[in-house]
Amino acid sequence: MQQIEAKAPESAGAKLVALILRVALAVAIPLIAFWVLYQGFLFLRDSDAPKAVIVLVAIIWGVGGVAALYWIFNWLVEQLPGDWTARLQPFVFVGPAMAILIWYLTLPVYRTFWLSLFDRDGFPVGFSVFKPWTWITGIQSPSFVGFANYTNLFTERLLQEALRNNLMWIVFGSTLSVVTGLLVATLADRSKSERVSKTLIFLPMAISFVGAGVIWNFMYEVKPPGEAQIGVFNAIVVALGGSPHPWDKWVAIAPWNNLFLILIVIWLQTGFSMVLFSAALKGIPQELMEAGRVDGASELRIFFNIMLPYIRPTVITVWTTIVIFTLKIFDVVWVMTGGQFGTHVIATQFYRQSFTARNSGIGSAIAIVLLLTVVPVLAYNLRQLREGQEGF
Amino acid sequence: MKRQKWSGIIFVNGFLLLIVILWSIPTLGLLVSSFRVPFDIQTSGWWTVFPHREWQTVAVIENPRETLGVDPDTVMEIEGVFGTFEEFREGVASGDLQVTWIGNKRIGRVEVQEEVWTVNWDFTLQNYQTVIFGRDTEIQNPDGSSQTIPGQDMQQAFLNSLAVSIPSTVIPILIAAFAAYAFAWMKFPGRRWFFIMVVALLVVPLQIALVPILSDYNALGINGEFLSVWLAHTGFGLALATYLLYNYMSTLPRETLESAFIDGASHFTVFTKLVLPLSVPALASFAIFQFLWVWNDYLVALVFLGVDPSKKVLTQRLADLTGTFGNAWHLLTAGAFVTMILPMIVFIVLQRYFVRGLMAGSVKG
Repeated sequence: MQQIEAKAPESAGAKLVALILRVALAVAIPLIAFWVLYQGFLFLRDSDAPKAVIVLVAIIWGVGGVAALYWIFNWLVEQLPGDWTARLQPFVFVGPAMAILIWYLTLPVYRTFWLSLFDRDGFPVGFSVFKPWTWITGIQSPSFVGFANYTNLFTERLLQEALRNNLMWIVFGSTLSVVTGLLVATLADRSKSERVSKTLIFLPMAISFVGAGVIWNFMYEVKPPGEAQIGVFNAIVVALGGSPHPWDKWVAIAPWNNLFLILIVIWLQTGFSMVLFSAALKGIPQELMEAGRVDGASELRIFFNIMLPYIRPTVITVWTTIVIFTLKIFDVVWVMTGGQFGTHVIATQFYRQSFTARNSGIGSAIAIVLLLTVVPVLAYNLRQLREGQEGF
Repeated sequence: MKRQKWSGIIFVNGFLLLIVILWSIPTLGLLVSSFRVPFDIQTSGWWTVFPHREWQTVAVIENPRETLGVDPDTVMEIEGVFGTFEEFREGVASGDLQVTWIGNKRIGRVEVQEEVWTVNWDFTLQNYQTVIFGRDTEIQNPDGSSQTIPGQDMQQAFLNSLAVSIPSTVIPILIAAFAAYAFAWMKFPGRRWFFIMVVALLVVPLQIALVPILSDYNALGINGEFLSVWLAHTGFGLALATYLLYNYMSTLPRETLESAFIDGASHFTVFTKLVLPLSVPALASFAIFQFLWVWNDYLVALVFLGVDPSKKVLTQRLADLTGTFGNAWHLLTAGAFVTMILPMIVFIVLQRYFVRGLMAGSVKG
């Protein structure tokens, strides 16, 4: 399909020009797009139009502007001689996306790592990751602390509690989400009310973590003993003869009060694992199950010996996804307890250090630790890519 | 054999029903409470809107020593219920009746209560008016005092959420669609390495980028503006969007595209006229995924939109409410429901597409 393939070998000069133009395209389109958006935003900021109008104009301006830019640059490239069009056109298509990804995620990895080597004052004046000679001068500045932030993280209580809690999140949160999801998927598969039940269990996925925080704060609401309990949990506990407690904020049972936060995420995530398992279960050939039944195997044995091995890849995918997710858990904890009562996790400590305590050194070190925790999954994905994807 | 099957069906459906009920209770409680009068929310559980038995006073007998002629120092019979004074002080129940002696032996009174079926159906829309249109409300506390709670202008936050979510959904799709097409149908140097980068960035936590990007935004002077959030969501959503759309576009029938190229169509024409229309299911899946993600996002808005109250999105407003009026449940329940209504509608109507996107992209970083 590519007309490009039959092209004359390029000279070194042409190669260099092509490289420069390609990079220029990749950078120019997002830059001009940014400028266009910025002008629109300046215009909107200074106007007194009603909010709804501003929103509408912003949407049309922003989206239309970006689309128009692609059209214009493609048109420009198509005016060039044929072989130059072939050399440059792919970069009109792919360049902006790559430039944005590099600015927003690739470079920040390095920038955050460098930031983590300095104390709360950050970089000295004139320091730049892009100017290697400033690295030497930067190291001499008093704000350069090397790996001290990292040793502080692991020796002080700061991150230990967060790491312990994240471990609890992984062990209980992801495992229970997977187990309940699998349970519901298996049950729903055999029920006539499959659609309705699945929708109702899936529905929490549409709810924000902040919203879920409010919902569950209300579930855990505690009133003084003697008054009517308005939270479901304490109402049940009191009805059974117990005394009311502020479950997730109950320091006396720390660290087990984390389980009441984890419960929220199980409630939210079960729908996700259920949907993926449901699709996987439907893919099991009926003959396989029938063969088991004919041999007289019980439903339980069929589940463990036929179904579970068959959907093993899905179990791994779902489990890793939820593990990554629970590693980054932030909103729920931040809204429910703010990290108090022994409930801090890595992401809440990151936020607190970076934006509340304004210690970008420690904050960045935490972000790097967070990144390191997902590296195994990253490596696994890349290996899958090398083995599975054709053409790469 | 037949009986075993029936018991199996009952077990499966019963267990499923139990889980569904457990899963619905939290949301149901929120929804029901948001329509209740503030005083009721504070003094009785939301489940009292369902029929339940409650003690209601049917008679009060003043000065029972004389009117009933009973002797508090012995076992007494009041309204057919027997007990000593101490027992009556605690309340004695017999059948549907409960008799309680209030006060001391000489000049107390006796309350006769009957257990009756009842519902607490004092519903109101006032909570929603308060959070949406910002009407101040005066609520009565259980202890009798009253306090005024300022109204919350969530209408504005709703518009802000729309202003943030729609461009943050459409812009990354547009950019990613072009890139996905290039990966699937064009040959260019660096193609392999760029794609490896896309796959690697799928799981990179966005926390890594917040501090550097914030300092860039400060330098550009766009901190706290919608523009900054659009771009941030574009940057953070782009890897997944490119990956998903590539997976879909690369499976489009090769012959269809080749015949278009033979007819002399350019890549741009093939992309806009052929590949984009054919990819609508994948585009829709990602659009719903990204829209729900952005609408429900709290962290990115918190970092880049900051503290300007006129720019805050719904999740920020709701989190603020939780912080300031943690016990004003009439505000919180209605407010939470306002933030949930749109994603729930989108979700229920377009569930099929959302599920498809979820299955294709269960790797988001």
